[in-house]
Amino acid sequence: MGRREQWMMLLGSGLLLATLCHAAPPVEPSSERRAVLLHWLRDDCGACHGMTLAGGLGSPLTAAALADKPAEGLVATLLYGRLGTAMPPWQPFISEDEARWLIDLLQSDRALSALPRAGGRP
Amino acid sequence: MRRFLLACLATLTLAACATAPTLRGTGDLGVVIERAAGRVQIVDTSTQRHLATVAGLGDLSHASVVFSRDARFAYVFGRDGGLSRIDLLTATLTHRIVQAGNAIGGAISQDGRIVAAQNYQPGGVRLFDATTLAPLADIPAVGADGRVSKVVGLVDLPNQHFAASLFESGEIWVIDARQPQQPVVKTYAAGREPYDALVTPDGRWYVAGLYGEDGLALLDMWAPTPSIRKILAGYGRGETKLPVYKMPHLRGWAMAQGEAWLPAIGRHEVLIAGVQQGWREQGRVAVAGQPVFVMARPDGRQVWVNFAFPNNDTVQVIDTPSRQIRHTFKPCKGVLHMEFTPKGEAVWLSCRDDNRIEVYDTTTFARLATLPADNPSGIFFTSRAHRVGM
Repeated sequence: MGRREQWMMLLGSGLLLATLCHAAPPVEPSSERRAVLLHWLRDDCGACHGMTLAGGLGSPLTAAALADKPAEGLVATLLYGRLGTAMPPWQPFISEDEARWLIDLLQSDRALSALPRAGGRP
Repeated sequence: MRRFLLACLATLTLAACATAPTLRGTGDLGVVIERAAGRVQIVDTSTQRHLATVAGLGDLSHASVVFSRDARFAYVFGRDGGLSRIDLLTATLTHRIVQAGNAIGGAISQDGRIVAAQNYQPGGVRLFDATTLAPLADIPAVGADGRVSKVVGLVDLPNQHFAASLFESGEIWVIDARQPQQPVVKTYAAGREPYDALVTPDGRWYVAGLYGEDGLALLDMWAPTPSIRKILAGYGRGETKLPVYKMPHLRGWAMAQGEAWLPAIGRHEVLIAGVQQGWREQGRVAVAGQPVFVMARPDGRQVWVNFAFPNNDTVQVIDTPSRQIRHTFKPCKGVLHMEFTPKGEAVWLSCRDDNRIEVYDTTTFARLATLPADNPSGIFFTSRAHRVGM
């Protein structure tokens, strides 16, 4: 990682922490974006974490598994990835508000019912 | 069709049916996983048609399939630990067990009598009777470090052996299943975080891709005392890895022209290793994204590549003699898997996000057929039944 990226990441984390200190509920993304995010959650996060979020090569993302983990840390992991693990950064595709909305959903036990159902072919 | 066949079977006299059921082989059949619906489609690669659907297979978010040696039965390994045996001719589920909490795939022994499942939770390999799915042995994946590992890269080997890799412990295990109720395991230290593996079609070389380091671990099964050797070590040359949004898959389909065509990790490249050149790098091909499946057409003339998010709408075809990209196209959103017909004149692509299967001519690259499918992922044709490591 270049120095520039390191600085950007530090700056990003700083801004993120500053924002998260306000315990305001996460801003709800538009319905179009929610559909995209839930599709990514099931199919692309699901590629490693399991389509039902029960875990795979990646750790489980169920509410129970995330219960005692601070939301800020999870948002940072989602946006910037986790060094030394296979978790990639989603910050190129997901805004900070969207990441907070996703983590809030995952920790709330509503994620599984929010995921898109099988569809397409009757 | 299914009800008709069953009716014929039930009466036990074909004369009772208006017309005798059509006899058919299974060499041109296959299955398509409908991942979100927990179903598989049975398809015919000669007529490019859907024949039947079998439901009730549980969570197929990561599913893989092996075939019995008579190519009549498909064994489906589901994410939820389900192991299902499907009769392709009657389109029925003949047996189903839930053998683990979280599973990833499996293999079938050389003689077709033992089905082996590889599991994440609890980590290990379990052996089953291929006819009844009765359990034969349970091999927990406890590495030398004492940790229970997730098992990846399970393959069958000649002489009733299997090989697998342990993700956390970084080991390769060779399992002697000649006495399937008392399997004997030999362990080898492989390297950091093997994520998948392949065995060459001759059963000689087991190659595990490593996520935790630049390189792959190689085991020569023909050596009097096999030992691990690192190959393509340092292919990233110390450069920062690009993010990997989906783990690549390895299988014996990687071989073309005596070379292994392998996905790099964290680099948008396909690496070429020469088997006769001590598995040294012979070159690399720059591609459109993080490769996931790097699959040689059965004749080895072409290698087809699909990609991880966000390039999972793209497929590239490498011409192996020139090592040039011959064709790049975007067939649909979410190209998850590819499967060649037995001799490779056509390839079937699963388009997860567009809910369809596309069939392409591999010479002209023209689209031959489109089949509807609900969130399709893996496509598996019965020609795998007769290949080691598939």
